[in-house]
Amino acid sequence: MSKKILINGNEFEFEDNLTLIQALEFADIEVPRFCYHDKLSIAGNCRMCLVEVKGAPKPVASCHFSLSDLRPGPNGELPEVFTNTDSVHHARKGAMEFLLVNHPLDCPICDQGGECDLQDQALHYGINKSRYKENKRAVDNKYIGPLVKTTMTRCIHCTRCVRFTSEVAGTGELGAIHRGENMEITTYLEKGMSSELQGNVIDLCPVGALTSKPYEFQARPWELTKTESIDVMDALGSNIRIDSKGSEVMRIMPRFNEDVNEEWISDKTRFIWDGLKSQRIDEPYIRKDGKLVKATWDEALNKVVELVKNTKPSKIGAIAGDMTTAEEMYLMKLLFDKLGTDLYDCRQDGSYITNKFGRASYIFNPSISGIEEADGLVIIGSNPRIECPVLNARIRKRWLTGNLKIFNIGQENDLTYEYIHLGKSPEQINLKSMDINNCKNIIWLIGDDVFTRDDSNDLLSHIVESAKKTNSIRDDWNGLAILHKSASRVAGLDLGFLPEDSKKNAKYIANSKNVDLLFLMDADEIDADNKYKVYIGSHGDKGATSADVILPGACYTEKNGFFMNTEGRLQQINRAVFPPGDAKDNWKIIIELSKRLKKSLNFVSFDDVRKDLQKKFPIFEDVGVIQAADQSQLSKIEIKYPKLNDVEFENSIKDFYLTNPITRASKIMAECSMQKKNNGNING
Amino acid sequence: MVELNDKNFSFTKENLKIAEIEIKKYPEGRGGSAIISLLWIAQKQNEGWLSPEVIDYIAKYLGTSQIRVMEIATFYTMFNLKPVGKYHFQMCGTTPCMLSGSNELKKILQNEIGEQNTVSTDRLFSWVEVECLGACCNAPVVQINDDYYEDLEPTDLINILKDLRNNKTPKIGSYKKRVSSEPVDNNIQTQTDKEIEDIVKRRNKPGLSV
Amino acid sequence: MLKLENRIFTNIYGHNSPDLKSALKRGNWDSTKILMDKGKDWIIEEMKASGLRGRGGAGFPTGLKWSFMPKEVGERPHYLVVNADESEPGTCKDREILRHEPHQFIEGCLLASYAMSAHACYVYVRGEYVFERVALQKAIDEAYEAGFVGKNACKSGWDFDIYVHHGAGAYICGEETALLESLEGKKGMPRLKPPFPANCGLYGCPTTVNNVESISVAPEILRRGADWFSSLGKPNNTGTKLFCISGHVNTPCNVEEEMGISLRELLEKHAGGVRGGWDNLLAVIPGGSSVPCLPADQCQNLSMDFDTLKELKSGLGTAAVIVMDKSTDIVNAIARLSYFYKHESCGQCTPCREGTGWMWRVMDRMVKGDASIDEIDMLQEVTKQVEGHTICALGDAAAWPIQGLIRHFRTEIENRLTK
Repeated sequence: MSKKILINGNEFEFEDNLTLIQALEFADIEVPRFCYHDKLSIAGNCRMCLVEVKGAPKPVASCHFSLSDLRPGPNGELPEVFTNTDSVHHARKGAMEFLLVNHPLDCPICDQGGECDLQDQALHYGINKSRYKENKRAVDNKYIGPLVKTTMTRCIHCTRCVRFTSEVAGTGELGAIHRGENMEITTYLEKGMSSELQGNVIDLCPVGALTSKPYEFQARPWELTKTESIDVMDALGSNIRIDSKGSEVMRIMPRFNEDVNEEWISDKTRFIWDGLKSQRIDEPYIRKDGKLVKATWDEALNKVVELVKNTKPSKIGAIAGDMTTAEEMYLMKLLFDKLGTDLYDCRQDGSYITNKFGRASYIFNPSISGIEEADGLVIIGSNPRIECPVLNARIRKRWLTGNLKIFNIGQENDLTYEYIHLGKSPEQINLKSMDINNCKNIIWLIGDDVFTRDDSNDLLSHIVESAKKTNSIRDDWNGLAILHKSASRVAGLDLGFLPEDSKKNAKYIANSKNVDLLFLMDADEIDADNKYKVYIGSHGDKGATSADVILPGACYTEKNGFFMNTEGRLQQINRAVFPPGDAKDNWKIIIELSKRLKKSLNFVSFDDVRKDLQKKFPIFEDVGVIQAADQSQLSKIEIKYPKLNDVEFENSIKDFYLTNPITRASKIMAECSMQKKNNGNING
Repeated sequence: MVELNDKNFSFTKENLKIAEIEIKKYPEGRGGSAIISLLWIAQKQNEGWLSPEVIDYIAKYLGTSQIRVMEIATFYTMFNLKPVGKYHFQMCGTTPCMLSGSNELKKILQNEIGEQNTVSTDRLFSWVEVECLGACCNAPVVQINDDYYEDLEPTDLINILKDLRNNKTPKIGSYKKRVSSEPVDNNIQTQTDKEIEDIVKRRNKPGLSV
Repeated sequence: MLKLENRIFTNIYGHNSPDLKSALKRGNWDSTKILMDKGKDWIIEEMKASGLRGRGGAGFPTGLKWSFMPKEVGERPHYLVVNADESEPGTCKDREILRHEPHQFIEGCLLASYAMSAHACYVYVRGEYVFERVALQKAIDEAYEAGFVGKNACKSGWDFDIYVHHGAGAYICGEETALLESLEGKKGMPRLKPPFPANCGLYGCPTTVNNVESISVAPEILRRGADWFSSLGKPNNTGTKLFCISGHVNTPCNVEEEMGISLRELLEKHAGGVRGGWDNLLAVIPGGSSVPCLPADQCQNLSMDFDTLKELKSGLGTAAVIVMDKSTDIVNAIARLSYFYKHESCGQCTPCREGTGWMWRVMDRMVKGDASIDEIDMLQEVTKQVEGHTICALGDAAAWPIQGLIRHFRTEIENRLTK
C-alpha cells in the first residue's frame, strides 16, 4: 500500500512497507547511521539515525520505524517526519559525542582513515572539542583469524559484524560478550573464524576496529587507483574493485551487484592479491638438457614453432585453465582450426559436460537471484559452501526466510543451513524419497564434479527427467542449475572450446599417446604426460614446471577479457596493472605465435578480437546480462531410465583456499588453509 | 552427545533430569529458553563457576554455538567465569544498603576474605559487590550462595564468617527480631489465620454474585 | 491508615503459612470459577473500571493494557508473562508476595491469562530470589494438585499452565522486552518498539507483561468490585499499594497503604519516622532509584500518588521510598545510583552504554570534590543527551536521579567543588 507523508514539510508518497530510513533515502535526505545496513537485520543501537515524528514523545530510530507505524494526526493530517529540527540535531550530536568519548584519537595510524564512517560523520555531527575528561577505555585486541585484524578500542559496538556472521555467513562465530561499557566483540576463546566470507566484516565495520590484516599499513585509500573488474576464483563472477598503487595490486574489494554477489565476496576473492606477486613467471623459458633456462621471447616462440612444425596437427592439443578469458580461448580455437585439429578443451578437470544439448544444459538456469524465488532445492554432488561461498550465502538467505525444502545427495557437509541428507550416491536421487510435490519452483543444483563421473550422462538424463516430472522445467522456470567451479567454463562451452568427439576430453588429450604436443593455457590442475608441453601462463606452478617452453602471460588483474559466470551472465575483467617483467598479455602471445606459424590471425587490437568473437558468437554481445537459454534443446537429452549406481559423489575441492596457481602462490591462503586444518586455533 | 573424559563436564543423572524438566517448560523447539537455568544447574554442579568445559557442554546440549553460551554467561552477573569459594558472598552495595551501612560490611569482607573476585587461601570464601538484591527494607543484605542474610550489623557478619569457618550453619534471614520486612518494633497488628478468615468473610464481594 | 478490612495482602509478612490451606482461609481461590464465568470482557472491563495502574513503575492502566491483546486467538498462542525480576533499588515488595502470598498471585495469573486468552503464563523471577522461586513453585504444585491450575483450571473449562522461569542477575531484564529476550534464552537486551508485546511478544506471539503486584491484586479487585478498589486512594490514583520504605527510618518495612497517603504519615505510622525526627529529613527518593529525589521542603505535605509526584518532576515508580536524613552525603548517594546504572546498562545502544559510564565518572569525581563548577552544567547536558535517545527507559532512569540532584542540591555540589 502506498502512503503519503510529509518530510520536513514536503509531501512524498511511498510504499508503506518501507522503513523511514529507506523512505528518507528515496527522498534524497541523508541520514547518518552506523549500525544500519540494508543486508543485515535491524539493530537500532547506534542512535545516529534518530528523526522526529510528529506526535511521538521522543525521537525515533528511522532505521527501524516502519512507514506503516506512522499515524495520521488527530484530524486526519498526514503523518509528519522531521530530520532538520533542533531535537534531531541534539540527538545526533549527542550520539556522535558518545561514540567519540571512548574512541581513540589514532586516526593517523588507523587503516580505516580516509574511508571511515565515524571520521566522515564526525565532520558533520561532531563537536570540535572533547568535553570528556575521563580516561578513555582501552580494550584488548582479539585474535579472530589470519585475515581480520582487530583494534578493539576503536569498536563502536554497532554489531554489524556479529549480525553478518550469524545471518549471512551462518557460522555465528562472533559475539558480544559482557555487557554495558564492558561489552566486547570476540570469537569464543579467540578462535579464528571459519567462514569463507569472513573478510566482509572488514567492509561492514564502520570504524577501524576490524581491518584487513594482510593490508595492514600498506596504503591509504586516496593513493589507490580503482579498477572495476570481475573475480575469477570461482564461477560466480563476483563484481570486484581492484585497488592498485603503481604496478602493484594492493587490495581487492567487492562491488555492489544485487544479481550476482550482492555486496559480498569470498575470502579467496578478497585476499588472493599477494599471490599475484609471487611465483610469477616474468621471462620466457626453454627446457634444455632437462632444465628450464631463461630465454628471449624470440627464442621461445621459435622453439614453439619448431615443435608445432615437427608434430602432426592431429597430434597437437590445447587445454585452457579455469581463469582463461573467452577471447583467449577464441583465439586458440581459431589457431587450431587453422592448424586443422580440434583437440582443445576448456574442461581441465576431465569433465564430460557438453554443449550439445544447448545452453540450458550447462548453466545455472534459475539464476543466482532466482534462488530467492525457489521453494525447493535438491543439491546433487556439490558442496556449494566451498565451491561458491557467496552463492551459498544466497541459499542461506533464502532458507532463513522459511519455506524452503532442501535435499542433499552427496557428501554431508556443513552448508550453514539445514537440509535433509538423502545419501551419498546417485541411487538416492529418487523422487519418492523427496517430499517436494508441493514445491513450485525447485532448483536442481548439480555440482561440477558430477560431470567428471563416467555416469555423468546417465545422471544428467535422470535429473532432467526428475526435473520434468516435478514440473521444474517450464516456460517461466527452469530449475536445472549447474554450479560450475571454473570461471572460464561457461564461456568455453558457449564458444565451443571442446573437441567434437566427446570421448576426447581433456583427460584424453593430456594422457593420450596420440597427442605429442600440448598447449596449456593457465592449466595447472591437470596431470599431462605428453611428449612436449608449452605453458602459457602466469605462475610457476604445476603446468610451468613440467613444460618444455614457458611463455609468460598475464593474470586476471593484468588483462581485459570476457567471462561467463555459472548462470551464463557475460561480464568483463579490466586491467588494473601491467604484467610483470617480460610477461605479455595472453592474446598477444597467441597472435604472435599464429604469425610465426604462418597461420596468421589478423587482429590488430584486442577490440578486433572481441568484435570478431561477438560476430561469431552473439551471445558475447551484451555485457552484464544473461541470455536466456533455450529449454527446448534439453529434449535432445535422451531419457534412458538408467540404472543408478552406488558410487559416492566426491567433491574435488579438498581445500577451499588452494584451488589454483594464484592461491597456491599466496602466503595468506596458505595461512588460512593451515588455520582451517587446525580448527581455528592459532598454533594448532 | 558429548564424549566423556576426565576434563569434560557433563550433567549428573539427577541434573540431566532437572534439565529435561526445565526444557519441557517451553514450547517445542524453544528449549533454548532454558539456557539460564541450565547454566545455573551446571554452575552449581561445577562448584560455583562456569569453566570452558561447562560452556562447551551446554552449547552441545542445546545445539548452539559456544559463543552464544558465552554471551549469556558473561551478560548475567550471577554466572562466575572464575572459581569461587565454597561460600560465595554477594554483598549488596547499592544506595539503600549503602545508606544502611554496607560500606562497613564491605570493609569486613575485604579484611577477612581479601580482594573481590579472589578466592581466600583456604578456598572457603570469595566475595563480590553486587547491585541491588531486592531486599532493601532489610538492608544491608548479603547473599551467601543461595541464601539472604539481612539487617546485618558488622558483628553479625563477623559471626557469620566465624560460623562458616567452624562449619556451623548461620541463621538465614533477618538478624533483627523480625520474620521478614515488617517494622521491627512490632507496632504492626498480627492476625492469626482464624482472625483473617473472619475479616475476609465479612467482606462485601459483589464480584461473586451471579 | 488503611483499614484491615480493606487490605489486599493479609499475609505479606509471612506471619502465617503461605501454603494452600492457609491461603484458602485468607480468601484466595474463593469462587474463582464464578469470576471466570462472567467472561473475559467482564474481567477486563472491571479491571479498567477499578483504575488500577501498573505497579511495576510506569503506572500504565492495567485493564487498558489487557485490552490491547487481540480479541481472538489466531495462529499464534497468547502469553501472559509476569515480571518478577524485582531489581529497582529500593524495591522489595514482590519478593514478599512470591514467598508469602503465592496463591493470591497464582490466582491472579489464572484470571489475567484467562481474560487475555492465554493458556500459558511464565513468571520471570530474578535469579537471586532462589528461595522465592522455590516457594512459588511449591505453591504452583499445590494449585495444580488442587485443580486450580492445569487442565480445566478451577473447573472453568479453561486450560492453564504456569511456569517459573528465572534470571541470573541483570536489572535490565525488568524492562519488559529485555525480559522477553531473556525468557527466549538470549541476552536481556531491550527490543525496538514498535511492535509492542501485545502484538509481537514472547516467541513472536501476543504477550502481556505485568508486574507481580498488579497481577496479585486482580482477584481481590474482581471479587470485591471495581467500585470498592476505586473508592480507595485518589481519582486516577486508585486503590492500595505496597510501599517499600528503606534507608534512614527507624523501622524500615514494606507496607500496604492507600494511594495518596501523605509521605509523613506513611513514614511515621509504619516506619517509625525519620531517624532523628521529621526535621532531620534531607530528601527522599519516592519511587525507586529511577525517579529524581525530592528535598525535605517538598516532602511536608506530599501525597504519595502518581500524579502528584509527576507534578513535582519525580514519580511514584514502584513506591519504593528511600529516605535520607541529614547525615547523608547526597552526592555520594546519587553517585552510587549512577554506578548502578553504569553497571546495569546492557550496552546495546550508544547513549546509554557510553553515557552511563561518563555520568558516573563525573559524579564520582564530584563526590571527591575533584571537578570544576562548570562541569555541573556539562553533566546536566550529558543527562539530557542520554534522556529520550535510548532504546529503552534505562537511559532515562540513569539521567533522572542526577537531574534531580542538580535541581535540588546544586549548592551542595558547588560547595564541595569550591572547597
